[in-house]
Amino acid sequence: MKRKEQKAAYLFLLPSLAGTAIFVLIPFADVIRRSFLKAVGNTFVGFENYREVLMNQAFREAVLHTVKFLAVCLPLLLLFSFGTALMLCRLPAAKAFFQTLFLLPMAVPVASLVVFWKLIFHGNGLLNEVLQLFEFEGKEWMSTDAAFLILVFSYIWKNLGYDIVLWIAALSGVGEEQYEAAKVSGAGSWECFRYITLPQMKAGMVMIGVLSFVNAFRVFREAYLIAGDYPHESIYMLQHLFNNWFTKLDIQKMSAGAVMMAAAVSVLLCLLERWNERQDAV
Amino acid sequence: MRQRKYVPVYIALGMMGLVMALPVLMMISNSVMGGQELKEAYGAVLGGAPGKLSARLLPVYPTLKPYVELLLDSPDFFVMFWNSVGQVFSILAGQTVVGTMAAWAFARYEFRGRKILFLVYMILMVMPFQVTMVSSYLVLSRLSLMDSHLSLILPGIFSTFPVFIMEKFFRGIPGEVFEAAKVDGAGELAVFLKIGIPLGSPGIISALILNFLEYWNAVEAPMTFLKTKAKMPLSLYLPEITADQMSASFTASVIMMLPAVLGFLWGRDYLQKGIEASGLRE
Repeated sequence: MKRKEQKAAYLFLLPSLAGTAIFVLIPFADVIRRSFLKAVGNTFVGFENYREVLMNQAFREAVLHTVKFLAVCLPLLLLFSFGTALMLCRLPAAKAFFQTLFLLPMAVPVASLVVFWKLIFHGNGLLNEVLQLFEFEGKEWMSTDAAFLILVFSYIWKNLGYDIVLWIAALSGVGEEQYEAAKVSGAGSWECFRYITLPQMKAGMVMIGVLSFVNAFRVFREAYLIAGDYPHESIYMLQHLFNNWFTKLDIQKMSAGAVMMAAAVSVLLCLLERWNERQDAV
Repeated sequence: MRQRKYVPVYIALGMMGLVMALPVLMMISNSVMGGQELKEAYGAVLGGAPGKLSARLLPVYPTLKPYVELLLDSPDFFVMFWNSVGQVFSILAGQTVVGTMAAWAFARYEFRGRKILFLVYMILMVMPFQVTMVSSYLVLSRLSLMDSHLSLILPGIFSTFPVFIMEKFFRGIPGEVFEAAKVDGAGELAVFLKIGIPLGSPGIISALILNFLEYWNAVEAPMTFLKTKAKMPLSLYLPEITADQMSASFTASVIMMLPAVLGFLWGRDYLQKGIEASGLRE
């Protein structure tokens, strides 16, 4: 009986596993192999490709911009969505309406959004029009440092609803009876929030943080569709660099870069898993 | 009386909601402006023509002419719209078959290697596109699939994201249901088809909606793996906007947005459940 079940499990898994192996796992193993080889002649060069990528000026800048982008938008998004979720949670009515409204940007294709962004931020766009009313000088926003802020805004706009849903799920996991008990012993709403709600949000925060981190890489769509291959340097990120290496078919650099990025993401996720397990054990 | 203290909260949420919805509303409003009116309103922005724009929120002379023109007279748009539809629905159909089976295997069976395989699936799920870009390229060119619809469809089918979402839903079905069926002599496949699929359908729908929004919005994969313009999806057609096509491009944006927004409104509850399920905890 047990063996029959094992067999069934593998059969159910087989199509997906085979596809994943063919399209991701095996080619990625090949990429790891290639990352240690020279472009011509396939000779083993050790970590030469890695060294080259790490010393590469464009790579360093792209990493810097990517990190900077993440460092600005992740905390902003997490705080903002948490605050909104707290407001929504207590709402006596129209909760579903607002949630729908906040989720709406998820359904807006980036390509549609980009037409709109151009309208606003172009040199002769709406924003400058408004600024001129107040006698400020207008500019071509996407080719200034403002490009960075526009991207941060796009990211938050798009992901706010997603994070709010996750926060509300986390918040509703806190048992009502804990608040009741605290109120009986005279705790005010601030004490309730500080000593009951917040400590239980730790696991949620880590998880939502990771998901938001993953989604942050998708902001390349906006950046690329608005500003193309070589945007203003403040938003030239790892994704652009990979894309440009790809155009030049620089397989060696791409392989080493992909392996490093994959390692970083995997380590992050494994740490999260470990942490989750520890929390469950307590 | 108690309602009054919520007034500031409603105002705050209302303002945020307006920011969320504004791009959508303006796109729709612009799409029913005639070409001439649009040129007056935004010509300076999009056409580079001199002069200021005279923005307006609502069209003075609303017309459906842009829609008629776009749908009947632009062969490009027509082709790319159906490219998008074909690519997205092939992926979703494949995911429904392959992904559901894999999710079922992970959720219902304790087989050897389950834990490590699931971790691999999870890691693949959060990998940014740029990491697998070079490996996908290698395998797709080996299989001579570059620049074909299949270069998007096949990797899409084996995405591990739907597996992860559906696994959570299958896991939520109480085990007794299956035990009862097995006692009655149903085989593993019969249990999956007759009980698993119907009871797990909310999960399947959630995963499909999330993926529909994702692939309808695809940018990275098509721009990397496709070269021929006639095979591109809508998302790459829209950003190429010029002055004489301006009204068409607003209309096109709205038409592109429409299936996504309608699907979103129809499946909002599923979407929300799907997002909650994407929380990384096992």
